[in-house]
Amino acid sequence: MSVIGNTELTFSEEQGMILDTAREFCRDKSSIGAVRAQLDSESGYDSATWNEMVALGWLGIALPEACGGSQLGISGVVPVVECMGRALLGTPFISTTLAAQLIARLGTSELHERFLPGVIGGAPATLALLENSDWGDTRVRCAVDGKGVMHGVKKFVADAGAAQWFAVSVVCEGEHAVAIVSKDQLAPGALRENTLIDETKRAASVDFTGVSVAPENLITGDNVLSVLQDVKLIGALLVAAEAAGAAGACLDTVVEYLKTRKQFGKLIGSYQALKHPTVEILTSVDSSRSFIYHAATLMSDDALDKDAEIACRMAKVQATETLLFAGDRAVQFHGGMGFTYECDAQLYIRRAQWSQQQFGDAQHHRKRLAALLLDLV
Amino acid sequence: MSVTTQEKNEFRAEVSAWMKENKPADPGFLLPQSFMEVGSEQQLEFLREWQHKMWTAGYLGMAWPKQYGGCGVEPVFQSIADTEMRRQGVPIAFNIIGLGWAGPLINDIGTEEEKAKYLKGILSGEDIWCQGFSEPDNGSDLGNAQIRAVRDGDDYVVNGTKIWTTMGNYAKYMILLARTNPNTERKYDGLSYFLSPMKIPGVDPRPIQKITGEYGFTETFFTDARIPADCLMGEEGQGWKIAMQTLQYERGAEAGSAGGLAFVRIIIDDMIEELHDVTRDGESVLKDPAMRNQLVNFIMEEKAISLGDRRAAVNALTTEYPFSLPLSHKLRYTEYSRRMRQFAINAQGAAGSLYVGDDEARQGGFWQRAYFNSFSATIGGGTSQVQNNIVGEHILGLPK
Repeated sequence: MSVIGNTELTFSEEQGMILDTAREFCRDKSSIGAVRAQLDSESGYDSATWNEMVALGWLGIALPEACGGSQLGISGVVPVVECMGRALLGTPFISTTLAAQLIARLGTSELHERFLPGVIGGAPATLALLENSDWGDTRVRCAVDGKGVMHGVKKFVADAGAAQWFAVSVVCEGEHAVAIVSKDQLAPGALRENTLIDETKRAASVDFTGVSVAPENLITGDNVLSVLQDVKLIGALLVAAEAAGAAGACLDTVVEYLKTRKQFGKLIGSYQALKHPTVEILTSVDSSRSFIYHAATLMSDDALDKDAEIACRMAKVQATETLLFAGDRAVQFHGGMGFTYECDAQLYIRRAQWSQQQFGDAQHHRKRLAALLLDLV
Repeated sequence: MSVTTQEKNEFRAEVSAWMKENKPADPGFLLPQSFMEVGSEQQLEFLREWQHKMWTAGYLGMAWPKQYGGCGVEPVFQSIADTEMRRQGVPIAFNIIGLGWAGPLINDIGTEEEKAKYLKGILSGEDIWCQGFSEPDNGSDLGNAQIRAVRDGDDYVVNGTKIWTTMGNYAKYMILLARTNPNTERKYDGLSYFLSPMKIPGVDPRPIQKITGEYGFTETFFTDARIPADCLMGEEGQGWKIAMQTLQYERGAEAGSAGGLAFVRIIIDDMIEELHDVTRDGESVLKDPAMRNQLVNFIMEEKAISLGDRRAAVNALTTEYPFSLPLSHKLRYTEYSRRMRQFAINAQGAAGSLYVGDDEARQGGFWQRAYFNSFSATIGGGTSQVQNNIVGEHILGLPK
């Protein structure tokens, strides 16, 4: 068996329709001007745009039909996120999708009924997982004590300000569990907004200390850890899809400049020192898209298998490293202009740093890929 | 005429079994890693015998007409046979210029006489063919070929030089692109195409020693060489068009090629296998974190190329730059292969400094030779630098 392994890549008619709709929607609703208008807003996104996304049914793409979703799986979400990334459209879409996936995969039908229709109807939610900067740290210190009271702070909680509820990884009586906490349960001042490198995004640290978790909002069981692992892999894939889209747009920005800017009497795109790295951005964007749609092909509503895990990790490595390279070169190739806040290159170089740090950076995933690929014997 | 899945599967099993059974034993001397490296009589005879055996068994030229040595079946069978050859790791089919270039061309547009004269010898391996397109002063610029062919009675008189002539010293025939008219407005219109004999006075193929130390190419000098006028293919002035058609057959059996492996395929698994017993700091090199990191990158690079081939077939996922994947394939694959082979040597520790001929060289210096040979692909057929320009200009629309 070759270490190259599974190379399936299929794309359904439904995915194609979602891609077409999303591409057009994001182009219309999220011009660079619209993106810039949100940079210093409190929520970071336009609620009218969010409501339209809700009306298009995007929050329910991967949720069960029984709850009002379209049950197309994560493979149907990937094209939406790619298009959002291309337009730098920052909403709580990824966070909400992931929190809902956690409930859908782990929760009882009672929990499904209580939370998923709300998500489909547009209530943002998010995951609260990290307690420090280390995505590879498997210890959880945030605890629910014997009286159902929480103790602990979660960091880097994406879209915390918008979230109506949080799915929090906790320990309870020594076992891994997930606590669902409503925004209304938080103490005043519990939420401290971060100042992020990517101004299109929002995140905060959230202190859950003192919150009482009702038994019906505490999910325990043997599969908590494995479902959390799967949701993190799906998170890596969605961030990868978003980064792949952003890298594609960054490439367009570079190409446009190289075709119009003149120096020394020549269009700068004719210089091979700029032309050849730009081709490298193109081939890297191509690889990123191949990996994300391969990973999308292997997604399942059940537990993810090893091929899917490898695919998600590879997609994350490829897409975020591609965006890092593209953003970095975009600034450099714009010359003095590239050094300014006014130049759009800054939007991509900032997004690149954000994407790299969500759900594990490239090194985090390469280390795990090495174990999955090289330690077979 | 459609071939059922069952027929395909049955054939695959048959050819797979045959390849396993008939794969020649290691001859005890170095075999070429591609058809461009046949440098000794010993190699030539070994490969000629192997090709003859495959043809006799019915696994070469399967889609060519029966009366010319083929089997007259659907091309898909040849594709399956080629895949199985690759899978079983059998030796290359050395007469590639005949099987994959000249042969399909003659089969497509040749006269009955030409078909009868040339096709069977190509398949059996008896008649070796070479290619005379490149010239010393026109590496990547085929249309600018300067070698002259002047009509004189029943002959053309040829003067000039061709280079990178594969097996020029062994070949019986050459597909020759020569200038019959130096005064045309467009340089392409002055070119003509010949099925030219090699073993005649005035043709002098001189072997070129390559970076690997091996031979396989010649520089071929034509000095008042007289070739019969009926060697002209088509008409005068059609040379460029026919040369471009010739290059189309590289796409494989479905495009008309008679099949056979042109290269020994080297994949990432071969490298990992090679490195299994290499140590670094006293333990397996595959346990070294820095090396693992690089290996993962190589695995991803090879996988990305395979996935790209899959995605290229999905129209909805190629709308942004529709030809980006196929047009960048050569650049990506050859550059990847070169770096991967270089890494395989670097990872060998001190043994990486040994070369073909040293008893202790790993696999007889296979990787060292493979690395050097990989430049034939990053340079031949348009260098990577030219490929970068092509992709930048044709796909991204960047200025020349």
